[in-house]
This record gives sequence, C-alpha cells and structure tokens, in this order.
Amino acid sequence: MNKTTPSPAIIEMREASISTLRDSSLTVVENVNWSVAPGEFWVVAGQQQSGKSDLLMTAAGLLLPSHGSCRVFGCNTDAFGEAQLAERLRVGFVFAGGKLFSQLTLAENVALPLRYQKNLPDAEASAIVETLLEIMELTPFASSTPASLAANWRQRTALARALILKPELLLLDSPLGGLGARHRQWLLQFLDQLQRGHGWFDARPLTLVVTTDDLRPWRHGQRKFAVLHEGDFSVLGSWSEVESACHTAVKELLAEPASATM
Amino acid sequence: MRGNLAKAFQLTNIQVLRHAAVPKSSTDRLGRKLFLALLNVQGLGAFALITLGVILKKHGVARGVMQPRVRHEINRAGVALMPMFFFIALALGFLVIGQTVYALAQVGATNYLGSTMVIVIVRELGPLLTAMLVLARVGTANVIELGTARALGEVEALEALGIDPVHYLIVPRVIGMALGIFSLTIYLIIGSLVSGYLFAFLQDVPLTPGDYFKQIAEALNWLDFALLALKTTAFGFFIAIVTCYHGLAQPLRLEDVSRVAVRAVTQGVIVCVLIDAVFIVLYLVT
Repeated sequence: MNKTTPSPAIIEMREASISTLRDSSLTVVENVNWSVAPGEFWVVAGQQQSGKSDLLMTAAGLLLPSHGSCRVFGCNTDAFGEAQLAERLRVGFVFAGGKLFSQLTLAENVALPLRYQKNLPDAEASAIVETLLEIMELTPFASSTPASLAANWRQRTALARALILKPELLLLDSPLGGLGARHRQWLLQFLDQLQRGHGWFDARPLTLVVTTDDLRPWRHGQRKFAVLHEGDFSVLGSWSEVESACHTAVKELLAEPASATM
Repeated sequence: MRGNLAKAFQLTNIQVLRHAAVPKSSTDRLGRKLFLALLNVQGLGAFALITLGVILKKHGVARGVMQPRVRHEINRAGVALMPMFFFIALALGFLVIGQTVYALAQVGATNYLGSTMVIVIVRELGPLLTAMLVLARVGTANVIELGTARALGEVEALEALGIDPVHYLIVPRVIGMALGIFSLTIYLIIGSLVSGYLFAFLQDVPLTPGDYFKQIAEALNWLDFALLALKTTAFGFFIAIVTCYHGLAQPLRLEDVSRVAVRAVTQGVIVCVLIDAVFIVLYLVT
C-alpha cells in the first residue's frame, strides 16, 4: 500500500512527465504540477496530439507518469492494482468516441461494470441500469448495438457506463467531439448538474475534468482552465483569466475554426 | 489489471527489433530471427503463467458475468463445431480406418487392428486433427476479435472500469477451448472408429463388431485415457494462449490485425506439433 498522509486534493501531480499509451518512452508533457480539489470542474485544453488524452489517462491511473508522481484520492497511481480497486472505482472515465464494447448492447455496456464489480442479481442490476438509461434518455436504444447508433448516442452511453458505479471523480476525454449542437447543449447542462449535485448521486457534487480542443463552449459556469502547449502544462484559472491570457495557445483555442468564419 | 497487461505485454524489445533495419549479413539475420523467436517464447510463457495465475486467483470472481462468457466459449469451441466434426469423423473413418481394416484383413493381420487404431486414431490423429481444426475455426476468430478490440481501445476501456482484461477476455477463451478440444476429440475418435468399421463392414471384412471393439478396448489402457485428457487440454490451453497473446499483445492498428492472425495461426500449429512431440516421448517412456 502506498497510502500516505491524506491529501485534500483528489488529483495531485507533482513534476509529472506524461508519456503516450503507444510508446512509453515518448514523453509528451513535462513537469506537470496540478491539484484538483473536490467539487472542481476543470477544463484542460490543447490542440490535437498535445497529450490531453495521455494526461487524463495518467490522472485515471491507466498510464504511469514517466517521471514524478500522480496521486488520486491520496493513493499513488504507481500502486494501482487489485488491492486499490476501491480507489480505482472512485474514478469514472469517458474515452473520446466512447470506446464501447462492440459485442454488447447499450444496456449490457452500461450494466457490465455494475454486474462485474458488484455481482448483483440480474433483476436488481437491470433496475439500476434502466433508471440510468432513463436519466440519459437512452431507453429507446437499450437493445441496440453501438455500431447501429450515431456518435451522439454512443458518447452518451459511454457517459452512462462511467456513471453506473457512482464515481466521485469523472474524467471525460474530448466529450463534445463529434456531437451535434443539441447533444452538445444537453451534455454541457448535464455536466453542470453533475458538478452541482445530480439526483443520481443523491445530490452529491461531482469533481470533473474534461479535455477539449475548443475552449469556447466551456466559457460558462464555475470552471477552472488549464492549457497544454508544446509539452508544457499551464494552469490558467477562471474564464476571466483565460480571456486575459496572452498565451498563444489560448488564443488559438479561442479562435473560431476556419470553417465557421467562412 | 493494468499490472497484468503490463507484465504480460512488455514487448518493447520485440517491437524495437522487429522494426529495426534488417541486417545485411545472413548470419546476423539468422541471429535476429532467433532472438525474436526467443523473446516471443518468453512473452508466451509469461502470458501463460499470468493467465494460469488469474484462473486460480480469480476463480469465483464476478460469476454472474463470467459464467455466461465461459458457456459461450464452450459453445463456440465445442458444441457449435459438432456438425463439422461429424462430417470429419465420417471422412476419417472412410479414408483411414476403413482402408486400414480392409488392408489388414487382406494380409490376415486383423489381430493388430486394435493396437493400430489406438496408435493412429486415439493417440495421434484424433487429438492433433481436432486441435488443428479448432485452431483454424476458433483460434483465428480469437485473434481477430481481440486484435480489433485492442485496436478500438476496448481493452483500455475495461481497465478504466476496473475489469482485468485477462480475466474478462482470456480466461473464458482458455477454459472454453480446453474443454472444447477435449470433448471434440472424444467425439471424433468415437465417430471415426464407428464409421470406420461401417465402411470396412461394407467391404465384407471378416470381422464382427464385437471382435473389432474388443480388440480396441484391449489395446487401450489407463495411460491412454490419462494422456489423452492431458494432451487435449494442453492443446486447448496453448492454442488459446497463443491466439489471445497475439490478439492482445500490443496496441494494434486495425490494418495489423490480419497480419497478426496469420502469425498466430502459424505459431499455433508449431505449438501443437511441439506438444504432440512431448506426448510421443511420454508414451515411449511410460
């Protein structure tokens, strides 16, 4: 066990270097010093290939920092194994594109973590899954396979799968990527509800971290911002600090895409 | 979980070597191939041990999820292949046994029928043929399914949910294939012995069914049953290990999956022949 003195931070990275999933010898972000406190909503912005996903996977304990340390709920992610399963399950992770299990239906995808980790009887597990599918407006698609659905619904299912075990920290990798306008709006509002305290969590506020390559949709609400640029991780603070930042990367991330301005 | 995969799949050396420039000298090329083969054997061995460890350690974990998965794999590597094996048993009976019985009868050597059948069908052809067919039908599917799942990031998704990919993806396949090959071998042996006699009977071989099966029963001893069970289980275990290892061993791109499937099947055949050789030695020693 690598448990040390309890830290108020949910995620705490100290001088962490982040390597990629495909090549552990390749460092994409260096010297990350970052703390996420309970109830905060962080938006980590960066261009494509800037290391956003790898940073998030490191924060989830799925990748190890190549240098420095990463603690989640006070537990060093180096030691994340069977014995730390309880800590691990306090973290929910939504991958870019969902990464649903293609052989399972939507309901089975959502039910899998619950049935595997909690070993609940089928009837009890089904009732819980149905409730969550209803919250997420996924009931009509419960018996569809991921391949037969649009990206909007797949992303929503991935979110439901991450929420089924009621985590305390939710990490979302580019959650707005590829979503239609209506679904983007729904997701932004839903994430705000989660931060404030949603009925699914008995009104308990959730800590959230999202990554994005476009800062503009995230300007509203009580959020904190950080930016990844050329291997550097910079904490910006609130939206007003983002707007006043002279960081070139921030200006790029705030700029209208070329297609939108034409 | 992440630990298991990391331990099993430390293939950086293999990847570096595989993508390195091919040496010009033939001796260096041979050395490189040999070194790659040894690293591959090391990886397979580690993966086999980890899988065994997970089978023992996580026995009974998440029964509600795992039992249907194991049943599905037993069905896929066993029950679903029964019609094909019925046909193979008929063909084997006709091609090998019927003709052998007929040939032995022609030279008046029907006394050797029992021991010939036991050596040819029970010890060698039955288990090996079953293993090869299951490798072709189910092993290939294993590599493609797991390789695709790996390429689409489903393995990382399992880890993120706190689910051990070795437990969820590999263990049911290993159990299913071991039981499937064992059961199908028995089915194939019985089917081919019966159909073989029927074909011989049609050729007016002077041998009653009672004499035929009595000879076979007398030629069999307890060791044949024990080694047959061990051998078929070993075939199933190692075919599953080789195919699953290649499907999951490294982060693949979708375009790599077919190439890896070919490599896995080739290595599966080699592993089956090696296991067979080990059991021949065991038969000779005991």
